[in-house]
Amino acid sequence: MEIGRDDGRTANQLRPLACSRNILNRAHGSASWSQGDTKVLAAVYGPKAGTKKNENPEKACIEVVWKPKTGQIGKPEKEYEVILKRTLKSICLLNINPNTTTSIIIQVVSDDGALLPCAINAACAALVDAAIPLKHLAVAICCCLTESGYVILDPTKVEEQKMKAFAYLVFPNSAISIIPEGSSHMEGELMEHGIITSVTHGVMSVDDYLHCLERGQAASTKMSAFLRRSLQSQAPNDSSRAG
Amino acid sequence: MVSANVSGDLSSEMEVDAFRRLFPLRYHERFLLDSIRPDARPLGRARDTSLALGAVASADGSALAKIGCTTMLAAVKMEVMTPPKESPDEGSIAIEFYMPPICSPLVRPGRPAEEAPVVSKQLSDTILRHVNVVTSFSGMINLKELSLVSGKAAWMAYLDIYCLDADGSLFDAALLAAVAAFSHLRIPVVSLNEEGRVVVVSEENEEGKSEKEPVNKGKRKLTLSSLPFSLTCILHKNYILADPTAEEESIMETLVTVVLDSSGQLVSLYKPGGPVLAYASAVQDCIALTRQRVKELKSILNEAISDMEVD
Repeated sequence: MEIGRDDGRTANQLRPLACSRNILNRAHGSASWSQGDTKVLAAVYGPKAGTKKNENPEKACIEVVWKPKTGQIGKPEKEYEVILKRTLKSICLLNINPNTTTSIIIQVVSDDGALLPCAINAACAALVDAAIPLKHLAVAICCCLTESGYVILDPTKVEEQKMKAFAYLVFPNSAISIIPEGSSHMEGELMEHGIITSVTHGVMSVDDYLHCLERGQAASTKMSAFLRRSLQSQAPNDSSRAG
Repeated sequence: MVSANVSGDLSSEMEVDAFRRLFPLRYHERFLLDSIRPDARPLGRARDTSLALGAVASADGSALAKIGCTTMLAAVKMEVMTPPKESPDEGSIAIEFYMPPICSPLVRPGRPAEEAPVVSKQLSDTILRHVNVVTSFSGMINLKELSLVSGKAAWMAYLDIYCLDADGSLFDAALLAAVAAFSHLRIPVVSLNEEGRVVVVSEENEEGKSEKEPVNKGKRKLTLSSLPFSLTCILHKNYILADPTAEEESIMETLVTVVLDSSGQLVSLYKPGGPVLAYASAVQDCIALTRQRVKELKSILNEAISDMEVD
C-alpha cells in the first residue's frame, strides 16, 4: 500500500542530497551537507597540539562544538555534541597523531527534519576534506515509524512531528575492496550492517525497530554511493593551504 | 602476590593491583575468557539493586536507588502554577539531574561532568515522551492528570535527581529512582480560598474549615501507565557485559542503553558511537537481557511499594 507523503516521495525515497567541500578558507577542512531543506555546515580545525585535561594523551582527542541556528546553547545541543563526539571518535584512527586535538564545529544553517544525521554526514565530509586519518566513513539516516506501522525514511520537520517514533541510525559506509570475498564479513553479516550509533525517540515495538534497522541499512548503501561520488569528483586540494 | 597467568612478561612478577592499573584491558580480558568479571558476576547479571522510598521526608515523593555502588536520590516537589494558554488543562514536569562533586573524583565545581546534561536529556525524553498526535497517548505520566482547575491552576512537578556516587550505569539508576519517586508521590490536598486562589490544605488545621472544600481530595496519587526500566550493556569484541561499573565503562567504551516499558515496547535504544559496531544479533541479545532485567526491577519496585504501604 502506498503512503502519500506530503512532498510526493515514496516511503524509501530520500530527499535530494547535496554536498560541497572546501567552502571555508581558514578552516583546515570544511563541508556543507544538505538533505532537502535541512542544511548543516561543518568546519574542522586540527590536529592541534595538546589534549584536554582528562583525556588520554596517548591518543588523539576530538572536540565538537554545536551551534544552533538561533537561541542559546542548552541541553539538547550538549547532547548532540556528545553523540557526535563519540560517533566521530569511533571512525577516526586515534593512534596516528597522539596528544593532539581536532575540533569540529557544526553550524546549523536550516533545520527541516533529520538534523542530527545531516550534521554527522557533514562532519564526516569535513573530516575527509581536512585529511584526518579515518578507518571508514559514517553514513547517517533517519527512519521513522508512522501510526499505521510503516517505516519511512528521511522525514521533513512536519512529518517528524506527526510520527509515532523515529530513530537516527549511523552505519559505516560500504567498502569496495579488491578482494571479492573481502574481510568485511563478520559471522555472516556485512560490516556495513553494524550500527555505529542509534538514538531513538518515541515508543515502538522491538520488531519495528529491527525493521527500521533493515531499511536504514538498505538506504545507507545508496548514501554511501552518493558520498563516494561526491568526494571523488571534487578536485584534489593543494597542500599549500593557509592554516 | 598472585601472578596473572598471561604470556610471561612483567605480569608474572607484578602485583595484581599494579597490573590492573597499568594494563586494565588485559586484566579484564583475562576474566572475560572465563565468562566472568572481576567482581565475580557472570556477564549477563546486573549488580545488586535496592530501593528505598520516602528517603526525603520534606518532599512529596522521593526515592533512593542503589545499583551496586551507584547511588541516586530523587525527589518530587509539587507547586501550583497557572497553565500556559496553549495547554490549559495540562500540568508540567521539570526534570533536573545533578552530579555534585561528591559523586566522583573527576567532577569538580568548575568542571561539570560531561554525562550530566546527556543523562538529564535522556531522562526527560523517557519520562515525558513527547507525543504530538492527538489520538494516542504514550507516556508514563498523563499531564492532564496534573490539572486542577482548567485554565487557572495546574500542578508543576519538580523532579530533582542527585547522583551521590557515580560508579557506572548512571542512567539506569537515575531512571529507577525517578520512577520510584513518582510511584511514591502523594499529591498534596488543596482547596480554593476566598480570592479564588488555590492553597495547600495543611494537616493541622482541620477544624472549622467547612467552607474550603478540598479540590482534589479523591485523587492523591498519579496513575502511571507502562513504567520504563532500562539496562546499559557494554559491547566488547564478542562479549556483552550487562550493567558496567565505572572502571569497565572507561576501558571498554561501547555502551548500549535499552529502555523497555512494562508492556515490552522499546522506548529507547541509545548507542552513542563507540569502537564496536552493533549487529542485529547483538541488538537482540541486549534487548533480551533488558527484558530479564525489567522483570527483576518490577518486582523490586513492587516490593518497596508494598513495604511502604504496610507502615
